[in-house]
Amino acid sequence: MWTERIPAPWWVFGLILLLLPIVASDFWLFQIMGWTFILGMIGLSLMFLAGYGGMVSLLQMSIAGMAGYMVAILGPSGAANVSLGLSWWIVLPAAFLIAALFATISGALAVRTDGIYTIMITLAIAAAFFYFTRQNYSVFNGYSGFNLVLPPQVFGVNWRDPLPFYYLTLACAALCYGAVVYLARAPFGLALQGVRDNPRRMAALGFNVTAHRVAAYALASVFASTGGILLVWQNAQIAPGTIGISSAIDVLVVAVVGGMRRPLGPFIGAFIYVLLQVFSTDILGFFGFSADRFKLIIGIGFLAIVLFSPDGVLGLWDRWRAGVAARKAATTGGGP
Amino acid sequence: MRKSLLGAVAVAALMLPGAALAQSGTIKIGILVALEGAFATGGQDGVRNVELALKQVNNTIAGKKIETVVAPTDTKPDTTVRMARKLVEQDKVDLIIGPLSGSEGIAMRDFAKTIPDKVVINGISGALETTWVDPAPNFYRFNLDGSQWGYGLGSYVVKKKGWKRVATIAADYSFGYTNFMGFAVDFCKSGGDIVQRFWQPLGQSDFGGIIAQLPDNVDAIYLGLGGTDAINFLNQYQQAGEKTRLIGGTIMADQTVLTAKGRAKDALKGTPTSGPFSADNKDPAWTSYVKLYQESFPANQRLPSPSLFGLGYYTATLAAIKGLEAAGGDLSNGQAKFKEALNKLQLDSPVGKITLNENRQATGTVFVNEVVDGPDGNMTSKMVDKTENVNQTLGMTTAQFRALGLPSRDAVDCAKLRAGG
Repeated sequence: MWTERIPAPWWVFGLILLLLPIVASDFWLFQIMGWTFILGMIGLSLMFLAGYGGMVSLLQMSIAGMAGYMVAILGPSGAANVSLGLSWWIVLPAAFLIAALFATISGALAVRTDGIYTIMITLAIAAAFFYFTRQNYSVFNGYSGFNLVLPPQVFGVNWRDPLPFYYLTLACAALCYGAVVYLARAPFGLALQGVRDNPRRMAALGFNVTAHRVAAYALASVFASTGGILLVWQNAQIAPGTIGISSAIDVLVVAVVGGMRRPLGPFIGAFIYVLLQVFSTDILGFFGFSADRFKLIIGIGFLAIVLFSPDGVLGLWDRWRAGVAARKAATTGGGP
Repeated sequence: MRKSLLGAVAVAALMLPGAALAQSGTIKIGILVALEGAFATGGQDGVRNVELALKQVNNTIAGKKIETVVAPTDTKPDTTVRMARKLVEQDKVDLIIGPLSGSEGIAMRDFAKTIPDKVVINGISGALETTWVDPAPNFYRFNLDGSQWGYGLGSYVVKKKGWKRVATIAADYSFGYTNFMGFAVDFCKSGGDIVQRFWQPLGQSDFGGIIAQLPDNVDAIYLGLGGTDAINFLNQYQQAGEKTRLIGGTIMADQTVLTAKGRAKDALKGTPTSGPFSADNKDPAWTSYVKLYQESFPANQRLPSPSLFGLGYYTATLAAIKGLEAAGGDLSNGQAKFKEALNKLQLDSPVGKITLNENRQATGTVFVNEVVDGPDGNMTSKMVDKTENVNQTLGMTTAQFRALGLPSRDAVDCAKLRAGG
């Protein structure tokens, strides 16, 4: 049975997440956890590219934004003169497809480069897309963007109510997480990791390196798009500010803080990011400082994590476990 | 043991909102304000002014103690709604004062509809749509909107200055359109003609193309730019040797531009602008407010005189205080008494009497100022005219105003308005 391969702590963790609504308030469900899962999914798409493919892409927020924009443009919104108001079962597939197309084309441009140049070219595309949405009024409705973008009432449920929204984001996050875990061990994922470690040898073995990388961009776009669409539904609006340069960098921060090596990392990073964003003013107020220095707390928090653990929070955990194991080995006099 | 302790802490953290519930003897006010990005200085002045207004009543209204919670935004509507939700759901505030910028205001209008039992009083955001298109019944705006700020300037330049043909250059986003619309309505109705309109994307620093295209046979050029865009334009305008007279939008001749280094601002000399206040207004309500502001904070912790943003938050807080007093601090029954009091309120603000219309949008005074040489080598502005009782529909009927359309690049058909349509 595949269920036997999942360790016990995971079952407990899953159960806690499923039962969280019993104790947590609406604010925690909708705002903190909902936002965590959404940011985590967008971070996950970066983790997939960077961790398994070795490609650090600053484009993931733009891809999420493209999917979100498509939902607003094709579906109903407050900007009735621009939005087409199509039904959700046309809008959602179209949003995923267009975002995937955008990711594939951008990916095809970016994979010709390596390392810092990948970062540069994806940043350039992200910036171009941001300015384009801000100045194009006929399709993207310019500076003001779209408001009143609400999720469809499928099965008679208002998916923007805290409880349904929590389970919706949780389910999407779990699916994306599961997909990445599966992909990492599937032939495609193994080949991708091979491409990351030694592209020339993989090419010599007959693998098409470029095609693998472009396909990784296309696959990662699915996770980013899921996050992007949920983000638009959560905020009920999208505007160029949502996909600005600072948001693109935030995704990188989320992935780095959590840890790039495992798919759980971005979710942990997102949780820390959301907590800091929401509560930093309260922390300052608690110590009697003026609230307008709230960015200081956020900055110090991230700096501390990166300083003490270059591979994120998960890295800290790994080292702690290794330390425990070493101590145990020392007391029992070592072992096989 | 360790794990169960952690679990207990986690559960306690999740339950926190219950513990943070306000006691019945206090009223909690959430201040939603931009403290990051281009408007951070203005936002700080906003917070300062809320504190200033509350200090005048000793932080007590109708026997109840007032507590404030600041929620910082970065002018992105996403962040604004997030922080507003935190104020309501986590901090359990009774009312929100804010936000600061236009697109935030529209987002808050939509959010306000989801919290019908609370009151939102606008900080200083000025988008027309906020209280014009599908307004929220619990969203109140005691400041004038962007199009009202432009009103009065058009008739002033036509009647007093005799400038009848203008070309316009304005920022290509909602505030640019809205502020321009107020000017254009008044200008065209007074018999003026707009020969050409240019729209410049926000933050784009090269104006060479536009300056080369400016028509020669105009009396003046209307400039609806602000901040660094305004300074960049003025620099390039002077370098190109252009000498045509200028007319300024509301944020064209504010302190950031007038006190900027360099000679760029000299081009502004004699330029008429309009806005919701006048720095040298002789009205005692204004002078006593400025004095109060200057005496309440040490010089290095405030601006030389209250900013547009500060004034907006001050007026909003004043309205909240008066409304709460009239309601006797009674916030029961979905704040019904408080809402009713706000609807009826005739507010004596530092910039004159303010009343609300059926959309809960302010009617008040617009000032026309002219840029002149200041005493310290800087430029300053001098009040030359004012228009009282400017309402949301700019003196037209609702149907006439609706027929103009929403602010956009092509809103306001000048010829039609000139002909009296």
